Amino acid sequence: MAPESWYLALSAVLFCIGVVGVIVRRNPLVIFMSIEVMLNAANLAFVAFGHRLGTADGQAVVFFVMAVAAAEVAVGLAIIVAIFRLRRRLFGGRFEPDALVVRAAARRGAGAPPCEASI
Amino acid sequence: MGPVAFVLIAGVAVGSALGLVFKRNPIHGALFLVVNLGSVAALYLTLGAQFLAAAQVIVYAGAIMVLFVFAIMVLIPGKEETGPDPRRAYRVLALPVGAVLLALLVAVVAAGARGRAPAATAAPDGVEAIARLLFTDYLFPFELTSVLLLAAMVGVILLSRRREG
Repeated sequence: MAPESWYLALSAVLFCIGVVGVIVRRNPLVIFMSIEVMLNAANLAFVAFGHRLGTADGQAVVFFVMAVAAAEVAVGLAIIVAIFRLRRRLFGGRFEPDALVVRAAARRGAGAPPCEASI
Repeated sequence: MGPVAFVLIAGVAVGSALGLVFKRNPIHGALFLVVNLGSVAALYLTLGAQFLAAAQVIVYAGAIMVLFVFAIMVLIPGKEETGPDPRRAYRVLALPVGAVLLALLVAVVAAGARGRAPAATAAPDGVEAIARLLFTDYLFPFELTSVLLLAAMVGVILLSRRREG
């Protein structure tokens, strides 16, 4: 049985990798996946602390984190797909809908989103 | 066997996380993330959290990653990250910032490890302990979770609906 501090150190390493991924990458999907890595690192720390303290409370907290993460991923991916529909591209580095695209969409008629990709 | 298993699994976890961050193709990144989540599930097993290991595989590696791969396939971001980068300054800063954060976290962990010896109580392993907690002490948050998931579902439907008119 490895000591709990090893698990905490691994959790710190994974969290930092997630932070670097969020800063370095430009694809919003990969940024999102890096956030998942960070969430998992925090979960691992919770379970390790719970193991050290001899209670199952850490595991209960991780259960809630998983539920929230599932909701977060569903909403976040829907937002990313909506942004893609509005702009037809993902990699601008910024998320503000730039004025040209919005104006073009308005000229094309208020209704149809300017992209055929839809779920 | 314990420390050896930990080192092996931890190596897989760190390697796959690095693969996620530094591979250019998002599909490869998603597959690396599946490996990472699976190795974290194995670590949960070594900590005696069997329920969480199963939930991790089902919820994360199953449901969430399917959602990710689906989104990647729909958006087809094949020719990713070409052209001028408007955030070059951030990328230069990323590694130093990550290194400093890692040093801080490891310092905190080391300080905690040097502290008092951990209480040698027997950890309540297995599904029964967490089930008892979830349906007694954490009953209210547990019920709130269902409301949260319902709200997320409604929100996603609202977001992905085509605007008519």
